[in-house]
Amino acid sequence: MLCLLFFLVTAVRAELCQPDAENAFKVRLSIRTALGDKAYAWDTNEEYLFKAMVAFSMRKVPNRETTEISHVLLCNVTQRVSFWFVVTDPSKNHTLPAVEIQSAIRMNRNRINNAFFLNDQTLEFLKIPSTLAPPTDPSMPIWIIIFSVIFCIVIVAVMLLILSGIRQRRRKSKGPSEVDDTEDKCENMITIENGIPCDPLDTKGGHINDAFMTEDERLTPL
Amino acid sequence: MEKSRPLWANPLQFVFACISYAVGLGNVWRFPYLCQMYGGGSFLVPYLVMLIVEGMPLLYLELAVGQRMRQGSIGAWKTISPYLGGVGLASVVVSFFLSMYYNIINAWAFWYLFHSFQDPLPWSVCPLNDNHTGYDEECEKASSTQYFWYRKTLNISPSIQDSGRVQWEPALCLVLAWLVVYLCVLRGTQSTGKVVYFTALLPYCVLIIYLVRGLTLHGATNGLAYMFTPKLEQLANPKAWINAATQIFFSLGLGFGSLIAFASYNEPSNNCQKHAIIVSLINSSTSIFASIVTFSIYGFKATFNYESCLNKVILLLTNSFDLEDGFLTTSNLEQVKGYLASTFPGKYSEVLPQMRNCSLQAELATAVQGTGLSFIVYTEAIKNMEVSQLWSVLYFFMLLMLGIGSMLGNTAAILTPLTDSKVVSSHLPKEAISGLVCLVNCVIGLVFTMESGNYWFDIFNDYAATLSLLLIVLVETIAVCYVYGLRRFESDLEAMTGRGLNWYWKAMWAGVSPLLIVSLFVFYLSDYILTGTLQYQAWDAFQGQLVTKDYPPYALAVIGLLVASSIMCIPLVALGTFITRCLKRGDTPPTA
Repeated sequence: MLCLLFFLVTAVRAELCQPDAENAFKVRLSIRTALGDKAYAWDTNEEYLFKAMVAFSMRKVPNRETTEISHVLLCNVTQRVSFWFVVTDPSKNHTLPAVEIQSAIRMNRNRINNAFFLNDQTLEFLKIPSTLAPPTDPSMPIWIIIFSVIFCIVIVAVMLLILSGIRQRRRKSKGPSEVDDTEDKCENMITIENGIPCDPLDTKGGHINDAFMTEDERLTPL
Repeated sequence: MEKSRPLWANPLQFVFACISYAVGLGNVWRFPYLCQMYGGGSFLVPYLVMLIVEGMPLLYLELAVGQRMRQGSIGAWKTISPYLGGVGLASVVVSFFLSMYYNIINAWAFWYLFHSFQDPLPWSVCPLNDNHTGYDEECEKASSTQYFWYRKTLNISPSIQDSGRVQWEPALCLVLAWLVVYLCVLRGTQSTGKVVYFTALLPYCVLIIYLVRGLTLHGATNGLAYMFTPKLEQLANPKAWINAATQIFFSLGLGFGSLIAFASYNEPSNNCQKHAIIVSLINSSTSIFASIVTFSIYGFKATFNYESCLNKVILLLTNSFDLEDGFLTTSNLEQVKGYLASTFPGKYSEVLPQMRNCSLQAELATAVQGTGLSFIVYTEAIKNMEVSQLWSVLYFFMLLMLGIGSMLGNTAAILTPLTDSKVVSSHLPKEAISGLVCLVNCVIGLVFTMESGNYWFDIFNDYAATLSLLLIVLVETIAVCYVYGLRRFESDLEAMTGRGLNWYWKAMWAGVSPLLIVSLFVFYLSDYILTGTLQYQAWDAFQGQLVTKDYPPYALAVIGLLVASSIMCIPLVALGTFITRCLKRGDTPPTA
């Protein structure tokens, strides 16, 4: 009689965990993709750890603090590695609703991933979407900072060039009167060479150069 | 005392100015595309032929005219013949259209440059949707780089009719771009002469760095092999020759008046023949060099995508058949597929529609040109490189240098005639004229920062300069050879430089080049007429891809106006001069 009951219980338990059963989830691991040479083999000990992590996640849900490792059932383990799991209630007759399991796993996804050295892509819970990391928006977009810096530099450079251009033009318009003064000054200076003053070439008035006008006009006058 | 014309400080500045102007974005984003479309290595044959037959002679002609006349384009052509001042005016109008829309590319380059200082790069990840459960829908359907370009940069509207508002972020970048251009042209040749050292040399530094990096990337050889394998049958394709001629023509920037403006600041004895040959050779070699870099990057991107595709197929099969993780690799994929197809036919046929056919050739064959190449394809390749921020900064800095170098030439083409004309320069100083031109262009350029701005950009890019330039250069060649007289021009050049004119240049100017331009012109006209309505590519946010749409009537009117306004200058000014001359002759009766 007891044997029959035992069989019944195990049969019922076996029926609880089946592919596509109610409240069952499929898990898929890609250990070799994630770890390459350091990949570990998936054996019953790893399965035990998995059951422990799921039980741990469920214990964090209010009203489910009494979840034990034996309440988590695994089945259909393939070479992939992939398997299905369900979580039963303490009576071991019903499975816990999928919604609860979903939210529990989502809350503790990071801890579960880290226990196996995997991440969201290599440890997949099908039908449990992972919460994507929120975008890190800095208080001020970086590009505006760089833009403002370059903008200010360019404006300062433009101002400098314009101002120096204006200054040059003002100097040029004062220029011609200054040049006349210096020319007069030059003519009043006497060139001194070797301490002996040279006769300044008096070019102001058209001066007849005697060297060319020694003789009388040889040219026929017009 | 007459104010002497400002000169370049040394001939090197002139050469650098020409190189900086001619080597522009077209070398980087149009030549590789043409190379890919028209037969890879064999495209170099029509390209080099056209360079020797069309590029060098026409470049020499423009430089010689500028150096001889020592005036901007309007004054130079008026000197050649009083009826041909319209040619110069048409050049100025085309340059004005070009400077209106070209600087928005620099604004986009600034935008991407400023965004390159983030980790991770903003175009490498899709943003999350509203409730953080997945990625943004548009980004999922397209790719993250396309999303960043079309949504974050352009915020593009579904069609050209939906104008939308001016986007303040690109508008700010446009203002900055114009300020930088103003800074460079502020003092004329004084400032431009120093800036061109940077804008001419820095892009080469970056290209060399990229060449070394590109060649060491995984999969680069695939791209290079694909590009350089000659497809000799393309030599018989007339489109290859036409596109080679067009590319040489537009790449050198003939007909805008910039080359005339630059050459007018030369010493009269400058050897512009040598410079013309140097500049055209450097321009073409840069195109080929840039396409080597581009194709090694293409190869890397295509290999990366191909391997990702294969990995996705492997994952799909592994998951569907619960095979051992790591069992399926790229080497045994085909074998295992065959095995699975025979062992589990039912399940395999279920999975088959989801399996994409991964093909390296198909990835390599995606030929892109223009803004798509620089801002979508290149960014996609860059995000997969290590230290992607550095490569991104370098790349967009190079684009900026190339773009600003070309802008300097364009603004010189507009400013030189303005500063030459006594009417304008007597009332306003040089700085104010440059400032006004930059301000007007900036304000009009804000149109391209609207949500539909990219569609207007495409209109200007495709139609503002193409037909008009062909006609302008044709009239220029005919004017110098037949109106001014080839012999007269030859003796002018000999007196100016002390060197005679080679028979080759005479043959090209008088015969071959005009014929070539006429045939190009006829081809383009017939192409426009035969295709009927003009169409454009619009971005559909729901599908996440480009769709073809027809231009509305007012857009077609704008296109017609663009082409007509520059071409009409030539006959109208000729007519105007003729009429004023007739009136003058009528007023003053001839003296006995």
